[in-house]
Amino acid sequence: MVAVAETVRPLRRRRLPGSGTLSFIGRLFRDKPLGAFGFVICVFFLFCGIFADVLAPYGYNQISPINRLKPPSAQFWLGTDNLGRDMLSRCLYGAQLSVIIGLSAATLATVVSVLIGIVSGYLGGKFDMIMQRFVDAWMSFPDLIILIVVVSVVGPGMGPVIVLLGLLYGIGGSRIIRGAVLSVRENAYVHAAQSTGATMPRILWKHILPNVMAPVIVLFTTRVGAVILAESGLAFLGLGVPPPAPTWGGMLSGSGRSFMYLAPWLALAPGLCITIVVYAINVFGDALRDLLDPRMRGSR
Amino acid sequence: MSALLSVRNLVVEYAIGGKTLSAVADVSLEVGKGETLGLVGESGCGKSTLGRAVLQLRRPTAGKVVFDGTELTGLDAEKMRLMRRRLQLIFQDPIASLNPRRCIGDIVAEPLIITGITDKAERDRRVREVLTAVGLDADLVTGRLPHEFSGGQCQRICIARALILEPELVICDEPVSALDVSIRAQILNLLEDMKRRYGLTLLFIAHDLAVVKAVSDRIAVMYLGKLCEVGPTEKLFAQPAHPYTALLLEAIPVPDPSVKPAANVPIGEPPSPIDPPSGCRFRTRCPRADAVCAEVVPPLEEIADGQFAACHHPLSAR
Repeated sequence: MVAVAETVRPLRRRRLPGSGTLSFIGRLFRDKPLGAFGFVICVFFLFCGIFADVLAPYGYNQISPINRLKPPSAQFWLGTDNLGRDMLSRCLYGAQLSVIIGLSAATLATVVSVLIGIVSGYLGGKFDMIMQRFVDAWMSFPDLIILIVVVSVVGPGMGPVIVLLGLLYGIGGSRIIRGAVLSVRENAYVHAAQSTGATMPRILWKHILPNVMAPVIVLFTTRVGAVILAESGLAFLGLGVPPPAPTWGGMLSGSGRSFMYLAPWLALAPGLCITIVVYAINVFGDALRDLLDPRMRGSR
Repeated sequence: MSALLSVRNLVVEYAIGGKTLSAVADVSLEVGKGETLGLVGESGCGKSTLGRAVLQLRRPTAGKVVFDGTELTGLDAEKMRLMRRRLQLIFQDPIASLNPRRCIGDIVAEPLIITGITDKAERDRRVREVLTAVGLDADLVTGRLPHEFSGGQCQRICIARALILEPELVICDEPVSALDVSIRAQILNLLEDMKRRYGLTLLFIAHDLAVVKAVSDRIAVMYLGKLCEVGPTEKLFAQPAHPYTALLLEAIPVPDPSVKPAANVPIGEPPSPIDPPSGCRFRTRCPRADAVCAEVVPPLEEIADGQFAACHHPLSAR
């Protein structure tokens, strides 16, 4: 008996091309050049954010009164603002803050959306009804009012902004996930798992979640952009990360807006940063969604 | 032959816009150990709902389902979950019943994981064994994804998944109707082989009489949520007792151009199950219906040895 067991070769689990991270990146560059471009830009901004201390030629709050509102030059690549601070340095440090806020709030939002959406959509019935009325009620509040109330209670700062934006977008986004779950849970493979006696966590994790990944990824990528923009709105109201911390949104709505006609580079530099990052995350997300779909393997 | 599965006065109702639709209305039947019971009827007559209600995937409104002495209708969710390994289901659409994002090895091994077999070597051994049994090369298929297979191969994989726990009862819900005619025979033969090899009892749901005739020991004919006739396959085909069965048999096309199609096929569509006809549900389309049929629901009675029919004017009483 033991001898028999030893002769049995272990079965190969995965023959799938592109399961490893490296070959996945390879496929990204081969099959999805635009997505790869987005990926490179994302990595570039992450790099800028992480190494801002080394890369930035000046401190983000280093004031130089004689160099106020200077246009872009060899000394100040992206010009200076109304206090004579170097825009390039501020944009680099801004990458740090905006990337942290964007990624963590969008991650939190996606996790919240997935948790609510999957459980509510899969269970259905009364639980779904109650949950969705709660979501309705939540969504009918203007976001801004909730933000103003909470921030004025707990005080401004990065932590509250991330948690608040994460919850706000997360609860609203759960609708999209729930919709996708409603169609996936009627698939025969879900019934098959149920009829074998799979537990609910197992069905949700192994059967429902992998098959709603497409909307989850799209949700995440759109949220990153939305969060970065929302943070700029908050900064404008003085509810975001307080100055002089250089967030892109804060720069855009602060000095960028005030001196738009006199020194357009003040708005252009952070504005372009936001645009490029949001665009890059979106094309990368689209490519990711296609590459993770097993039926798309080997096709373009 | 002792009954492995016994369904007693089963009722399954759906609420549709304030009305109730009784998909299964007071059905009783028994399936003996090692037997294949074919369940036929036109689409919408409640055959699949009956199958699902047996597995408690859809909790019945009333009635009992007794499996090997255990009343499934009375079990709580957790006990039912543990019971499920003894009853398995094979679906109509083999491609849709495989999760497109998991490889075949994981799909077939999943029932083992659910049952708590943690030894990976043991799982691999059993996956290999059952895949070989259904005619697939385990080394070639386990790493692949469902979309890389044809419908017939997918159905083999589904059968492997259903059999890996060595269940006693397998409910086949139209297992071949989505398949090519050329593949059907292969799958039916495979089910026969598996039945012998694993000592299975089958509840075979289909709308294709030829398919049912080929696999069943006994046949139950269903119409609008009720059983019309139950009997041994040979007898039912040779001498149908219920007019509906007779009409179904006449409607089987004969592959001969000189044979004229049957004249008295049922008229029109079946009535809506939301508002079924009074008395006998088939009376609106039945050539033999009279006043009694409109008033009294015909009970399922034995009219010949082992042959039951629910009709006031059974054909063999001519």
